[in-house]
Amino acid sequence: MDEMPHERGDIPVSRRGLVIGATLAGVPLVRSDAAAQGAATRGSVPGSLEVSLTVNGEARRLVLDPRASLLDTLREGLALTGAKKGCDHGQCGACTVHLDGRRVASCLTLAVQADGRAVTTIEGIAPAEGDLHPMQQAFIDHDALQCGYCTPGQIMAAIACVQEGHASNPDEIREYMSGNLCRCGAYAGILAAIQDAAPKMRVG
Amino acid sequence: MRPFSYARADGQAAAIRAVSAGGAGTRFLAGGTTLYDLMKLGVEAPERLVDINALPAIRGFDTTGPRELVFGAGARMSDVAADPRLVAEYPALSESLWKAASQQLRNMASLGGNLLQRTRCAYFRGGEPFACNKRVPGSGCAAREGIDRGHAVLGGSEACIATYPGDWAVALAAFDGVVDVAGPNGSRSIPLDALHREPGTTPEVETSLGRDEMILRIRVPVTPLGRASTYHKIRDRESYAFALASAAVALRMEGEVVREARIALGGLATRPWRAREAERGLVGQRLTAEAARAAGDAALRGARPGHHNAFRIELGARTVADALLIARQRV
Ligand SMILES: Cc1cc2nc3c(=O)[nH]c(=O)nc-3n(C[C@H](O)[C@H](O)[C@H](O)COP(=O)(O)OP(=O)(O)OC[C@H]3O[C@@H](n4cnc5c(N)ncnc54)[C@H](O)[C@@H]3O)c2cc1C
Ligand code: SF4
Ligand code: FES
Ligand code: FES
Repeated sequence: MDEMPHERGDIPVSRRGLVIGATLAGVPLVRSDAAAQGAATRGSVPGSLEVSLTVNGEARRLVLDPRASLLDTLREGLALTGAKKGCDHGQCGACTVHLDGRRVASCLTLAVQADGRAVTTIEGIAPAEGDLHPMQQAFIDHDALQCGYCTPGQIMAAIACVQEGHASNPDEIREYMSGNLCRCGAYAGILAAIQDAAPKMRVG
Repeated sequence: MRPFSYARADGQAAAIRAVSAGGAGTRFLAGGTTLYDLMKLGVEAPERLVDINALPAIRGFDTTGPRELVFGAGARMSDVAADPRLVAEYPALSESLWKAASQQLRNMASLGGNLLQRTRCAYFRGGEPFACNKRVPGSGCAAREGIDRGHAVLGGSEACIATYPGDWAVALAAFDGVVDVAGPNGSRSIPLDALHREPGTTPEVETSLGRDEMILRIRVPVTPLGRASTYHKIRDRESYAFALASAAVALRMEGEVVREARIALGGLATRPWRAREAERGLVGQRLTAEAARAAGDAALRGARPGHHNAFRIELGARTVADALLIARQRV
């Protein structure tokens, strides 16, 4: 992906520009022309769209090339580099984030599809500055990483795995964590960490 | 990636109109796990995407009806897989969903998009310099003389031997699913079994769906065969992989004797593959290990191996046999 999003909160553009439907019936396709023109004067690609989303609790407005993935937008546009790019094709889980509370592969999510939604990344899970989420602590306690590249994705997937109720036994954890590959093979530690953190999360 | 414009539809009719009026480069977008993936590879290059995720009318599903189960095309794989009634009464349908992809992808992917997922043939996905009749009609088929380990042993043609990779459509085929679609000229229903096409001489035409027809919902008739069913999926690794061979089977038994059987194969054919001859052969038989194996052989009858995939004929027969014995225990 070469076109990166630019953060911009100063130009009032209606988000209705994203929407086709009843109010615009008969118009084959509407792009946010105001946004496109505004962005064009700033050197953005034509067809850019203004998007509002909440990232780790903070409201953000972005002008996006529709091609941008949520992963690239987080990493390059918002400097949230916790989510990693392993494959960029949904095959490894390193880019896992939560969208409206559910885990997704951010590499296969168009950033414009996150408009109006809440994104949580690894940077947003600690209860307070300096504290760790129980799952983060458990990964440390159980040596659930070696190089650490897959770890933010593993932890985001693991938290969701527990919240979904898919962490009741080792087989179930393995099945519902299978979307996260670890080239270092830290699987035994990851399994132990999730088993350890699950009851603590339920309490907390 | 080629630039494209994006718009979100907030009404079904508007979405269909937009895709219809937009011409060949305009496409529906659901979860994007097939389409966006292939756009990144340059295999798909739409000019306009019409996002249908905000249409509430296609998001729901209802498995409690007296006559049929109804699944909105926009329902997410993860939500449907976890439906308690489906898990209990139609395990094959639930299994075909949760044994597919990963939970991240199942949270994103829609049931309608799932049906229309495209082959994982590496030469199709790989783009240039590989010849591929599906990607560039008339260019040839690199798989025929290449690595065809995962390619189809059933339903292939001179032009293309690409495997249909999906699981959900295979389970639906076994249960006589029907797909309701709407286009600019109205609505119609397509039996699941008539949705996907064999490649023949036009492998680029994969389904009987019009370009501007939207899948609204999938319906499955309520059947007593639901409970004794399974989706048995054999993969290179235990999870998060496409099928090397899979079988959706469902049974109605009377004691030891099979009264009715459904068998559909996945991962082995160019489309979801209903094995009706194998089904007929089981009726009236006691379901012994030998009878199950005979059904497996019947299901794979006519299979044609390539260079590296002959093992999947035997694997397919065993998968069917094992699936029948698993389903039998659920009566
Ligand atoms: C790493 C990986 C592993 C996977 N493993 C498996 C697996 O094991 N088993 C399996 O079955 N699948 C697997 N998949 C495929 C996945 O399930 C599909 O990509 C997904 O179901 C497609 O749904 P979607 O909503 O994302 O579709 P999209 O990508 O949004 O759309 C796919 C196609 O359908 C069209 N479309 C979408 N919705 C409609 C509609 N309502 N009406 C008309 N046209 C529509 C789009 O225009 C597009 O052409 C895997 C995918 C990945 C990336
Ligand atoms: S098998 Fe089909 S999809 Fe694969 S290279 Fe040959 S023509 Fe293309
Ligand atoms: S980077 Fe998204 S799944 Fe690999
Ligand atoms: S810790 Fe290195 S890839 Fe998982």
